[in-house]
Amino acid sequence: MSVLGDIVGVARGDHQADRVVPPTGHTAWLTLFTSGAMAFLAVFALALSLATGRLATNWGNELARTATVRISAPAGQEDAQVRAAMQVLETTPGIAEVRVLTDEEQRALLEPWFGPDLPIEALPVPRMIEVIEDGDGYDSEGLRLRLTAEAPGAVLDDHTRWRRPLVSAASRLRTLGLLSILLIGAATAAMITLAANAALAANAQVIRVLRLVGARDVYIARAFVRRFTLRAVTGAAAGTVAGMAAIALLPSASTEGGFLTGLGFQGWHWLWPLVIPVLAAIVAFWATRTAAFRSLRELM
Amino acid sequence: MIELDDVSYSYGGGELLSGISLTLQPGSFHFLTGPSGAGKTTFLKLCYGDLLPTAGRVSAFGQDVRDMGRDDIARLRRRVGVVHQDCEFLDHLSVEENVALPLTVSGRDTINEVANLSDLLSWVGLSAQARSLPPELSGGERQRAALARAVIMAPEIIIADEPTGNIDWEMSLRLLTLLVELNRMGKTIVIATHDLNLIRSAKAQVQARVLRIRDRQLQLAGADL
Ligand SMILES: Nc1ncnc2c1ncn2[C@@H]1O[C@H](COP(=O)(O)OP(=O)(O)O)[C@@H](O)[C@H]1O
Ligand SMILES: [Mg+2]
Repeated sequence: MSVLGDIVGVARGDHQADRVVPPTGHTAWLTLFTSGAMAFLAVFALALSLATGRLATNWGNELARTATVRISAPAGQEDAQVRAAMQVLETTPGIAEVRVLTDEEQRALLEPWFGPDLPIEALPVPRMIEVIEDGDGYDSEGLRLRLTAEAPGAVLDDHTRWRRPLVSAASRLRTLGLLSILLIGAATAAMITLAANAALAANAQVIRVLRLVGARDVYIARAFVRRFTLRAVTGAAAGTVAGMAAIALLPSASTEGGFLTGLGFQGWHWLWPLVIPVLAAIVAFWATRTAAFRSLRELM
Repeated sequence: MIELDDVSYSYGGGELLSGISLTLQPGSFHFLTGPSGAGKTTFLKLCYGDLLPTAGRVSAFGQDVRDMGRDDIARLRRRVGVVHQDCEFLDHLSVEENVALPLTVSGRDTINEVANLSDLLSWVGLSAQARSLPPELSGGERQRAALARAVIMAPEIIIADEPTGNIDWEMSLRLLTLLVELNRMGKTIVIATHDLNLIRSAKAQVQARVLRIRDRQLQLAGADL
């Protein structure tokens, strides 16, 4: 009941009750600054988690699905080897789909490196076969052996080998990002507890007088809770805006950037950082309330 | 209203008060006297729940103080008006706000009560000082402001701890008159003082009982005054 009352009290404000406890300039600024800095850091931790999460998902999907077979053979044998390789691939269990890339597709792949006017027919460019596996996947060692036997110029390039450690690094990074957010929250709680204790100690005489004239603990606690919650929210809002601005101003990573898909927010993920001031409010509310009731209980 | 039954108190060393029994009847007027350091303030603090007895039982309005929760104590303080020995003001608030503080903290600072506030300030003669800060007041003005704060919740009991401690005689009499008026309105009054002249002038106006703390005991002083 009184918790709800406190929440309402914080939201509504009470000018008279705010005046009862004299303002303490020093802790006010420190609280504001620290919660701002913490929110700024939290924005980056959040961006890191979301970006690495995205990365892990994208890579994980591709990793599960595709491989390529590259065939470089002397001019005359090329078509025969492509056919042989296709035959092997089509009869391999665990492969859902195989497809020879068209010249246009190959040109598109090479374009970033050689420009649009590449005469692909005139060059000894290897032919590419895209392999899409089904749910269970195939035995890549076995396939490699069979390909060498049927089409000596075929090289199986499954991305799994180098992507798998990257995927697990990305998901590890996401976990670390989330852990950082938790740590930032805990550090904010600790900081607000210290600041609230300092304010409570500095106002011991005021609190004593309030008790003597019949103030209940909730009333006194509320005066402090309201103050610290508002400071934490204000600081966190400023820190969050600054953090979001800093991220928005990061040079954007293009698709050619490859796996550096950009540390940032995409689409509706931009709403996530707005949760930070709310979390700061909740943390400040509980930290101050707990500190206030603990120190009030020591008084008569 | 307030009842002490075989109450003892010690701050940790030897007993300061021992075996004290007393019942404060509604509408009574008591003086509490004794040399400085005898334990008058301590006794009064036991009465309004600022201290708990180390032995014996204190009950207020029928409830044992020891069984009261912190909110019960807060409510008790709204029913007992106290003029503290050192006034206990909030120095950053004006006299008016300090006097209204019990209303503010109990959520009763309504328009109606605010009208009463200016009546109350003029009753104690502080209308002109309403906007001053407590440190700007003289000793007598502080005591009257403290009395105004003590009565603003219309308590049934008013406890005053050396309200005339360091103010001149004329001002002391003025304060006494206010307390006598309150008693005539039916309030129970307890005044700690070591000023025997004050007690004599009060006896001319009301029927007052005089209690004395001597040798850790509470005695009824009578005809010798
Ligand atoms: N908080 C305290 N801790 C320890 N001793 C105290 C405390 N308050 C008062 N005393 C001691 O108790 C004695 C009685 O104090 P008090 O009740 O204030 O007497 P009075 O009001 O009659 O002058 C004094 O000797 C004083 O030093
Ligand atoms: Mg005293």
